[in-house]
Amino acid sequence: MMELNTLTAHNLIELLKKGDISPLDICNNIINRIEKTEKSLAALAHFDKEKALERCGNLRKTAEKGGLWGIPIFIKDNICVKDELTTCSSKILKGFKPPYNATVIDKLTSLDAILMGKTNMDEFAFGSSTETSCYGPTRNPWDLERIPGGSSGGSAAAVAGDEAIFALGSDTGGSIRQPAGVCGVVGLKPTYGRVSRYGLIAFASSLDQIGPITKDVEDAAILLKAISGHDEMDSTSADMPVPDYLSGMKKSIKGLKIGVPKEYFIDGLDKEVKDSIKAAIEKLEKLGAVCEDMSLPHTEYAVSVYYLVATAEASSNLARFDGVQYGLRADNIKSMMDMYKKTRKEGFGDEAKRRIILGTFALSSGYYDAYYSKALKVRTLIRTDFDKAFQKFDAIVTPTSPTAAFKIGEKISDPLTMYLSDIFTISANLAGIPGISIPCGFTKNNLPIGLQILGKPFDEETILKVAYNYEQNTDWHKRKPKL
Amino acid sequence: MSYEIVIGLEVHLQLNTKSKVFCGCSTDFGSAPNTQTCPVCLGFPGSLPVLNRQALELGARVAIALSCQIAKEIRFDRKNYFYPDLPKDYQISQFDQPLAQHGILNIVTGESEKKIRIRRVHLEEDTGKLFHQKDHSLIDFNRSGMPLLEIVSEPDMNSPEEAYLYLTALKSILEYIDVSDCNMEEGSLRCDANISIRKKGDSVLGTKTEIKNMNSFKGVKAALEYESKRQMDSLEGGKRIVQETRLYNAEKCVTEPMRSKEEAHDYRYFPEPDLVPFDFEESLLERIHKDIPELPEPKKNRFIKDYLLSNYDAAVIVSDKNTANYFEKCVGLYDNPKAVANWLMGDISAYIKENNVLIKDLNLKPEHLADMLKMIDSGVITGKIAKTLLIEVIKTGIDPRKLVKEKGLEQISDVSLLEATTSQVISENPKSAEDFKNGKENALMFLVGKVMQKTKGRADPSKVNGMLREKLKGAE
Repeated sequence: MMELNTLTAHNLIELLKKGDISPLDICNNIINRIEKTEKSLAALAHFDKEKALERCGNLRKTAEKGGLWGIPIFIKDNICVKDELTTCSSKILKGFKPPYNATVIDKLTSLDAILMGKTNMDEFAFGSSTETSCYGPTRNPWDLERIPGGSSGGSAAAVAGDEAIFALGSDTGGSIRQPAGVCGVVGLKPTYGRVSRYGLIAFASSLDQIGPITKDVEDAAILLKAISGHDEMDSTSADMPVPDYLSGMKKSIKGLKIGVPKEYFIDGLDKEVKDSIKAAIEKLEKLGAVCEDMSLPHTEYAVSVYYLVATAEASSNLARFDGVQYGLRADNIKSMMDMYKKTRKEGFGDEAKRRIILGTFALSSGYYDAYYSKALKVRTLIRTDFDKAFQKFDAIVTPTSPTAAFKIGEKISDPLTMYLSDIFTISANLAGIPGISIPCGFTKNNLPIGLQILGKPFDEETILKVAYNYEQNTDWHKRKPKL
Repeated sequence: MSYEIVIGLEVHLQLNTKSKVFCGCSTDFGSAPNTQTCPVCLGFPGSLPVLNRQALELGARVAIALSCQIAKEIRFDRKNYFYPDLPKDYQISQFDQPLAQHGILNIVTGESEKKIRIRRVHLEEDTGKLFHQKDHSLIDFNRSGMPLLEIVSEPDMNSPEEAYLYLTALKSILEYIDVSDCNMEEGSLRCDANISIRKKGDSVLGTKTEIKNMNSFKGVKAALEYESKRQMDSLEGGKRIVQETRLYNAEKCVTEPMRSKEEAHDYRYFPEPDLVPFDFEESLLERIHKDIPELPEPKKNRFIKDYLLSNYDAAVIVSDKNTANYFEKCVGLYDNPKAVANWLMGDISAYIKENNVLIKDLNLKPEHLADMLKMIDSGVITGKIAKTLLIEVIKTGIDPRKLVKEKGLEQISDVSLLEATTSQVISENPKSAEDFKNGKENALMFLVGKVMQKTKGRADPSKVNGMLREKLKGAE
């Protein structure tokens, strides 16, 4: 029997329809794979084999079946699943089981997808390497000495390592696209407002989006369609129709105008990455797209703006982890203030503390105007850059990250260098636009390289179309790591 | 030294929406602790607020009733501080762009009117409630997320009495537009006061203190009376006023410094990213505007004009919406507004105060009162009987005409029926009869009273008067 865990969701849906396989077959394949590779990957935060099998057994057997019937899915550990551990890979949420599902979870289960477990992540999504998790780092399936990217590193590694068919991640500054890029899989950050954030434990509310991490573009389209749409529980979710991505993306890209921003081809961009991106652009031109150099002039401020806006919001969002109602409460507390201080000291890791302090500072009276308020103004300029660009171009392509996967421990003690890992992905979050990362090559060391495609707000269809056309004419996505 | 008192008030008003301001939980008062909660009002991670439009509309109603300018764009901010009754450790509120600004509230001080400016009106969520035990505290989150409207005045009041009048005038308006229970004891209306004093004629404000923990309007007045005197005594004694928050101790009638928890808070306000700013639709504003009923002040002016009430009578009657409605209904049935006003402000008001009931719950309906007054006018009953009849109707709810018949309370005007009684009274009180004959007018009143007594108030006093006079003078 073939290894079902290596297939895509759309492959499996076909096989299930034909009756060649059963959901239990897929589930067992996944479990076998996890038992074999999880020790070296450490991609999962919470996985209970028995529960996964039980869910599989509880699938409805009626003729009427949801579109993802029997397809297993892994969920990033910051998305609430009712009565299941949801900890954001943080000690402060130790043992936390939310009494409710995130909207995306309700959507997936109503389509009969099987929830398998939770994937590892940087604590509260603070990081680009999955090293800040309280459960320890996840490893890159292509080189176990290297990081899988972050913060959705667990989801990307599980998909790349065939422990998962596909997975949900979340992206605040690149946390879906960057790990997808360095793990050689597909990662899509939807337009801000496309997918409900209800039940996503907030990092930075104005930037966060949930999105798919998959083995190919078709699966990304399927999973995006499944989780998209207006939600009354999320005031920031958009009341816009969700198009049929699957048929839309298969159209030709002939005549499509694609911008190549010069600000993304800078010093610090690895030569091998640069060459792969250039080759990808040539490929797109061969497929009929019109690629043209252009400029997004405020790009250089993106990282600074991001680390003010995101940390400011985070400092407020994370205040609720105070030991009062749920999660960790420190022992031996003498007073209310003592409870706050000890709980938060013990519960948060270094990076979480660093960002809370940064954000608190940026919002403090006397500094607000110089930092937070100014950052919002520059954010508007960055958004305007894209608005202008999209008057002329249908999509923009860039590298996903400046380098391929770096080594575990290489940047963890140098936050500023680490922050630069997201230099190419952050702008999309600040502007609220959609972006996808797809495999577009490998380094000499056999490390994946990601191509980022950015699109107009709520035009996921076009970036999926570019990605699909590219993918159908290349075979990077077919390569598998040796594990 | 002569001082001027300067007072500004902050009123927190719980709006009477069906559900909380950012979730669907019920707002009923008095349920078992933590039974009216959900992930949103418990601040669970991943939960998101969704604005309750009813709360916004009620807030706008208040703003319009206070002649405020309503913001074109509605947006919310986060006020960040740690406290266990605040589940997210930030409160969703409005900071630099409140729902409304620049309003006016008129108060009547003696014979003159004074305009108190409203600085701002903004919408926010309430916190939970802490119950401190010996070595631990309990939290009830039922109140968490209740819609609160904060109404902040300018420091335009110059005496505790004016503060009291402001609160009564405000409450009256709020009751008219039906936005809140306005119950200070249940906490649906809370008031904090800022007070400072300065030498008469000074243009610079003195150092203020903030007074909290008052649970009635009278308490606010008493606290401000104490605090203004305390500040004056301090200054007279050569001391400075410390800017601080003080709690009113109602038992001792004093204000006491709150044990200072911390240095001045930096709330780190910033725009709430979970709620998207939106424009207040013109059409909605117009609808809210139209829905606002006639408010106390215009109503008072109309009562003076249409019903020829005195300024005082009109002010008393319109101060309570239900009394005003009662009055108008009654006047519609019986065309003597002054008489209706007298009864409302006299016997009925006394009964209401004594028994602590609401006029709208009285068994005595406006139709009943109108009927009773008509019976007095047409001589069916005496004014004296009417007073007891009133209480009887309130107690039983029986139609007054029916009661009069059943109990035989009609006025006796038939001379033949009074013949025997008047003669009897004269023979039983020879001294008074003699006195009257000798020119003492008062003696006649005494004899009339005796007849009224014997007829249990039913005799027509003017008839009795005439008969006695005739009998005594005639015998001369």
